[in-house]
Amino acid sequence: MKLIFERSVPGHGCSVLPECDVPTVIPEGFCRQSRPRLPQISENDLSRHYTELAKQTHGVNDGFYPLGSCTMKYNPKINERAAALPGFTGVHPLQPEEDAQGCLEVMHRMETMLCGITGMDAMSLQPAAGAHGEFTGLLLIKAYHKSRGDERRTKIIVPDSAHGTNPASAAMAGFSIVNVPSAADGCVDLNALQTAVGEDTAGLMLTNPNTVGLFDKNILQITDIVHKAGGLCYYDGANLNAVMDIARPGDMGFDCMHLNLHKTFSTPHGGGGPGSGPCGCKDFLAPFLPGPRIVRNETAYCMEYQNTSVGSVKAFYGNFLVVVKALSYLCMLGREGVREASCNAVLNANYMMHGLSDLYDMAFDETCMHEFVMSLEKLKHDTGVSALDAAKAMLDYGIHPPTMYFPLIVHEALMVEPTETESRETLDEAIAIYREIFQKAHENPDALHHTPAHTPIGRPDEVAAARKPVIRYDYEAVLSEND
Amino acid sequence: MGRFVASTPAEQQEMLKHIGFDSFDGLFAHIPKEVRFKGELPLDRGLSEMETDRALSELSEKNKIYRHIFRGAGAYDHYIPAAVTAITSKEEFVTAYTPYQAEISQGILQSIFEFQTMMCELTGLDASNASVYDGATAAAEAAAMCRERRRRTVLVSETTNPQVLQVIKTYCFGSGTPVKVIPAENGVTDLSALKEALTEETACFYVQQPNFYGILEDYESLGNAVHEKGAKFIMGCNPIALGILKTPAEYHADIAVGEGQPLGMPLAFGGPYLGFMTATASLMRRLPGRIVGETQDAGGRRTFVLTLQAREQHIRREKAGSNVCSNQALCALTAGVYLSTLGSDGLAQAATLCTSKAHYLLSELEKAGCTRKYDQPFFHEFVTRTPAPASVILSALREHQILGGLPLGENEILWCTTEKNTKSEIDAMVAIVKEVCTR
Amino acid sequence: MNFPKELHYVKSHEWVKKEGGTVTIGISDYAQDALGDLVFVNLPEPGDEVTAGEPFADVESVKAVSDIFSPVTGVICEVNEELLDHPELINHSPYDAWFIKVEQVTEEEEYLDAEAYEAFTAEEAEE
Repeated sequence: MKLIFERSVPGHGCSVLPECDVPTVIPEGFCRQSRPRLPQISENDLSRHYTELAKQTHGVNDGFYPLGSCTMKYNPKINERAAALPGFTGVHPLQPEEDAQGCLEVMHRMETMLCGITGMDAMSLQPAAGAHGEFTGLLLIKAYHKSRGDERRTKIIVPDSAHGTNPASAAMAGFSIVNVPSAADGCVDLNALQTAVGEDTAGLMLTNPNTVGLFDKNILQITDIVHKAGGLCYYDGANLNAVMDIARPGDMGFDCMHLNLHKTFSTPHGGGGPGSGPCGCKDFLAPFLPGPRIVRNETAYCMEYQNTSVGSVKAFYGNFLVVVKALSYLCMLGREGVREASCNAVLNANYMMHGLSDLYDMAFDETCMHEFVMSLEKLKHDTGVSALDAAKAMLDYGIHPPTMYFPLIVHEALMVEPTETESRETLDEAIAIYREIFQKAHENPDALHHTPAHTPIGRPDEVAAARKPVIRYDYEAVLSEND
Repeated sequence: MGRFVASTPAEQQEMLKHIGFDSFDGLFAHIPKEVRFKGELPLDRGLSEMETDRALSELSEKNKIYRHIFRGAGAYDHYIPAAVTAITSKEEFVTAYTPYQAEISQGILQSIFEFQTMMCELTGLDASNASVYDGATAAAEAAAMCRERRRRTVLVSETTNPQVLQVIKTYCFGSGTPVKVIPAENGVTDLSALKEALTEETACFYVQQPNFYGILEDYESLGNAVHEKGAKFIMGCNPIALGILKTPAEYHADIAVGEGQPLGMPLAFGGPYLGFMTATASLMRRLPGRIVGETQDAGGRRTFVLTLQAREQHIRREKAGSNVCSNQALCALTAGVYLSTLGSDGLAQAATLCTSKAHYLLSELEKAGCTRKYDQPFFHEFVTRTPAPASVILSALREHQILGGLPLGENEILWCTTEKNTKSEIDAMVAIVKEVCTR
Repeated sequence: MNFPKELHYVKSHEWVKKEGGTVTIGISDYAQDALGDLVFVNLPEPGDEVTAGEPFADVESVKAVSDIFSPVTGVICEVNEELLDHPELINHSPYDAWFIKVEQVTEEEEYLDAEAYEAFTAEEAEE
């Protein structure tokens, strides 16, 4: 595929802007020496270029996408229409509050619903993504201990099964990390946790259901151990799709958390973003929330800034249009639909696990929540076919592979999250494909090392990419080639 | 009512039975009773799509949408070409995840590679990442990139957009990094105050081009002072302005960041926007977030992949320079399409229109009795003192569907123009201002 | 796998060469093989102090990053900057691709000789 720069022809272009109708001013003395080398391309060629790129991009719309811990559910089109309404897209973030009542109402309603679903008391929609919400939650914990003059609490406890963002966010918030090993059942080892907590414990970060897809039954003891030691409990909301209207983080003993609107609440991932990672908390942490609080007085919605706040984690009020999409989704789901979504997310995962567990080793062979983890360690030992090989083989069937090599505590892991929006037929097809790959691994393992064969490209040389990084188009190389 | 769950209740029952359960309750039986939720969620009954469409439309209509906007201050009302909206609405781009599986993600990977190239071209620097949340977080991440064992203090000019300064401070509160604000003199950074503040412990200095008041500062002198003390020079840039203005590279900046919203993203009450970050080659491995690189596949074909991943949180965990995972990829795509639509001539034209209209607006406002606060070169924003209270002027404009500039004080307004503001629109606006000021 | 007799080894898989007062440190053939294709090395600077048993550098493969531990306490006098541009040297010839040279050594870990280290790696590989 040509790069857009390789399609560029001098003199080509689109006609977009009008002539200048006032005297032209050039900022003398401040001008760049040469123009940026942007593509010169007609609108037709531009359109075709991106159509070609789109054809080589696999989205939820292109096929089954059971990427564990990412909740790749269908993205309803009504969400997109709502977010494209001129009444939302045309609002300047600094226009007077009385002129943005619709936006403030969207935010207020969203906060109320999310508080209900999570069991939290207050919510900030400012964080732009899950990791951003984590960072925000950790700042709340930091500010809380500081407000009490308890400056000894410098450590955050993170299980070894945690998402990488957890320890990274804690480090950004200035904490040092205490890694606790998981128990054999993949859940928190209570003894290890008891040993880890102390006067220096600022808090614990945990996701429940955890990263192996299991609901940690000891959750109340876990949060109790941390609280008794004087620490706070942070809930990583990445896996909330399993428990909406079933169990709430606020009732499990968590003090603050983030949600991923781009996972649980059906807003699309856009090839990596934008997401939205609202940060929720219990009342006692609310004074520290970032950005303005959206409050409703007798006549209108307004924004209140708290002088106890940790500040702002982003300009303005968050990825607002993403919040609109999530609100549209929740309007459609309603009270019953939220539960229905979680029930079917868990059902679909168990259904798929059931269809595979006679062939594939399940990392933990019990009722899972919305996702399950398979270990291909034995398959690799028996046939030489790794989790990577199996994943790459799936590409030839037109489905997206599961998450590979996560969580770190399971060897040769494949983490499957079908989501509730997939039909039984799709699940059956996927099960058949997984089973076929298992058979092929035994019959002709060598062929699987060379998959995929039917995708636009084969396996990339990632070592070469990282050793000698080429991360932009090189005009000079092309010029010298032409000499 | 189908709520995006594909299976019917009957099918769900069959599936439950197939895996050995009588009901959904059985699926959740292992969850301890004490944590099972027994209350009622604060949600209404589910709506049909048609009702949802209406409900959201009604909400959107509660906002006031201004026909004419003269306010910027970090969010700019530029024209968005139709091709940008159409191309970025393609479902493949919209619904894909981060391109972990390169074999079926060449489209999105290539679009990011193209975006990275364009950002390097705009800023003149060597390396770009795939985006972060917005311009403010880009500035905060850039400051974090510069922190070294012996250099921990971050200096920020007082002429910085307050939203950006606030986010830098919040991030630095997290990492325990001291932040010092360098005072301004007549709307620009006080160079002697900067020189005084710079020490062997300074990590970096951040300044904006143009600054919060729209002013173009003496970046050459600022950068030299910073480098003399061995600290890093970070510039926060308006990407449209870079169509004609000297690049951060020409000012010897080590890192350039900025708010990419002007490149095809709507105002949208503040987001989603786009944080872009570029750096010199020597800082490439300190850039946060995703980076796409070129390589070959087994058959020798040109291939794009996520690269330099060992910098990132999923591998380096607590030792990662940043926690960023999700970024603003679709917004980066938007910026790429926007810049390709305009091309370098179109971008220069947009920049020239913006600054020309701003200079025209100033001259007209001066005729209406407003006076310029800072006698400094500016791009497309400037501050005036107003003979009548700012609030009175802005209310009068509001009645005519005009969003005037941002009030900075009782008698001070920060004005902004873009290519969208026509001469007749400017004249009509100024006439209202004049009328109010001579009342 | 190659374990030169003239070198000393530690259980965290670094090798040590002693010449006069200077100690040269690298990683073993076994270590480079286990780490896979290395793509980058983060090195300390001359003048930095190292502590026995503590990390002083890390190496990156495409999907992992691993700490490299110092077998001695002392002050770094030289760093092999060639590795910054050519990390593959560690894979190709691990005993030439030294990381750092250390002087003013005040403490050393307990070393294994080539034979003992080879036995140790065989044990570890079995686990």
